[in-house]
Amino acid sequence: MGNIIRSKRFWLVAPAVVYIGFFMAVPLLQMAYVSMLERGDYGGVNWGVFSMDAYISFIFERDLMDNLVVNTDYLQIFARSFGLSAMTTVFALLLGFPTAFYISTQPQSRRNFLIFLVTIPFWTNILVRNYAWMLLLRNGGLIDGALNWMGIETGGLDVLYTPYAVSIGLTYTYLPFMVLPIYASLEKLDHRLVEAAFDLGADKRRAMTRVILPLAAPGIAAGCILVFIPCLGAYVTPELLGGGKFMMIANLIGSQFGAARNWPLGAGLGFVLLALVLISMMVYSFKFKSLPEESR
Amino acid sequence: MSEVVISAKSVGKTFGSGVDKVTALDDVSVDIFQNEFFTMLGPSGCGKTTLLRLIGGFEQATSGQILLEGKALNDLPPYKRPINTVFQSYALFPHLTVRQNITFGLEMQGIARKQADDRAEEMLELVRLAQYGDRVPSQLSGGQQQRIALARALAPAPKVLLLDEPLSALDLKLRKEMQVELKRLQTETGITFVFVTHDQEEALAMSDRIAVMKSGEILQVGAPREIYEAPTHRFVADFIGDSNFLVGNLVDDGAGKHAIKLGGGQVIELTQEVSGQRSGEVTVSVRPERLGLVAESKANANHLVGTVSTVIYFGTDTTYQIDLGNDALLTVRMQNGSGAKADFAQGERVGITMSPDSIRVLAD
Ligand SMILES: Nc1ncnc2c1ncn2[C@@H]1O[C@H](COP(=O)(O)OP(=O)(O)OP(=O)(O)O)[C@@H](O)[C@H]1O
Ligand SMILES: [Mg+2]
Repeated sequence: MGNIIRSKRFWLVAPAVVYIGFFMAVPLLQMAYVSMLERGDYGGVNWGVFSMDAYISFIFERDLMDNLVVNTDYLQIFARSFGLSAMTTVFALLLGFPTAFYISTQPQSRRNFLIFLVTIPFWTNILVRNYAWMLLLRNGGLIDGALNWMGIETGGLDVLYTPYAVSIGLTYTYLPFMVLPIYASLEKLDHRLVEAAFDLGADKRRAMTRVILPLAAPGIAAGCILVFIPCLGAYVTPELLGGGKFMMIANLIGSQFGAARNWPLGAGLGFVLLALVLISMMVYSFKFKSLPEESR
Repeated sequence: MSEVVISAKSVGKTFGSGVDKVTALDDVSVDIFQNEFFTMLGPSGCGKTTLLRLIGGFEQATSGQILLEGKALNDLPPYKRPINTVFQSYALFPHLTVRQNITFGLEMQGIARKQADDRAEEMLELVRLAQYGDRVPSQLSGGQQQRIALARALAPAPKVLLLDEPLSALDLKLRKEMQVELKRLQTETGITFVFVTHDQEEALAMSDRIAVMKSGEILQVGAPREIYEAPTHRFVADFIGDSNFLVGNLVDDGAGKHAIKLGGGQVIELTQEVSGQRSGEVTVSVRPERLGLVAESKANANHLVGTVSTVIYFGTDTTYQIDLGNDALLTVRMQNGSGAKADFAQGERVGITMSPDSIRVLAD
């Protein structure tokens, strides 16, 4: 340890370490503390009064006789959020892989331009983008209007304020997070390996499933994680495109700190989410450790 | 020889268009026979890889066609051709074990798992890496990867095996070993090998026949001895081994015999047939080791005469540079040792002996 502190390299990273340590660890610890306190009657917490109510009420509620009975309300919101995030991840993968593959087959000069196009949505405010999607998706909106104009009677699209609208919006928001890592792994894929597959009798489909996909797997997995996890924490999109009728974890947490005035529960929900994410990350890294060095 | 397996008919290939247009192959015709070790030899950029990729189906010919056993391959994609390739970079699948690499091609042919595994063992034995089946390519040395690439390409028993400079990444010792190994594999499997190299020694040592290429054209095709002893072009004589080149006027004695008259007036008699149309200035070549030296006093009318300008002693042999006058220089290499009485000093006048059949009149 003494060695590390004395070395010059340590002082180079010291500001980053302090920043991350302070601004990441401290709020996290503070929230962990809050989640284990008793809720205050008008919001906030009763400092120093410990209570595990937040974690208990995640699964149970007290009936009139003060007995604990199972309450699945929060579990349902979690399950729904995971389901919706999974659906979004699948959409993003279905759209993102072909996009990344196409870009990786273009000449070098074209590729950079196409990648630039993929990242453009990042440059616009997320609220603006979501309002734009509301205009697109609402009944009589651009999509609905275009369909009607083409003679397809929709009788009102009725997509806005449904889980699908939320998923469409999230797919759009996080698609670049899927495209970029997959592109990175496809770009460094040795084209001669694909030629070798053809040479050995693999047609295009089997060259894809037997060589390209396995070699792009780390990129695909990274893309899925980068889409899935932010989706779990999405706040703005479910609020706007789901019309508030459709609550996801972040909205639930938000409401606990806001209207519901139950800070410990809000913090506790955050920690349950964190635990679930960490577990899935561990499963991921375990799964990919079994792959040979080269393809990672 | 036996049947023709691969036949290229007036094959042309250009890349790009307009000012960027590159002619990689220009009207190449060649027949490759069954069970032969056929080598394409030429300097960098002469179109060897391009011709190989056309045979493999990775590129399409701009003109002409390639036949496999008499049938045009034209648009047949690589995966439908009974031709396998050993890539220069080996291109082993990093996510598969050695065994899975070898069974890949067999699986694609729909061969049952058990049979494919047996065949993989057989191939591993053949390349002498029987214990390495469960490793992944990154755990192998360059030479071992090379062998696995061979085993993988040979496993589906292709009609033709294409090898693009497969030994160029290996060090000299390993390269010599693999040359012997490759030759053994070719003889044992009876598969036609089409081998690409720019190393003339490698080509001479391994091949049944060699095609010498230069800027998109095949100049000469023949057995190693033929290519070495009877080159048809200056480029061939120059690229393979060392050669002396002399420029002179072709003269005809009227009775079908030809001779070359050098600038200084000296004459070289020829026994080689020279096509009727040739006349005027021609280039002839002769290998340094096919020349000998005698003291001027012993020289007769058939000998060229010159002055020793340099003597370089190499141990096994000695190289003399002889000035024939008129800027004509000849290099003579004479073996030292048994019975060699050759010992000439710089500045000495000498006669040069040469057998007439060692003198080749070259196409321009
Ligand atoms: N895809 C391509 N696009 C444009 N030009 C190409 C392409 N492939 C090859 N060429 C050109 O065609 C010519 C022949 O190339 P080729 O790769 O066949 O040479 P080679 O004989 O294999 O050389 P080396 O010994 O260096 O491998 C070269 O001038 C090369 O620049
Ligand atoms: Mg090449």
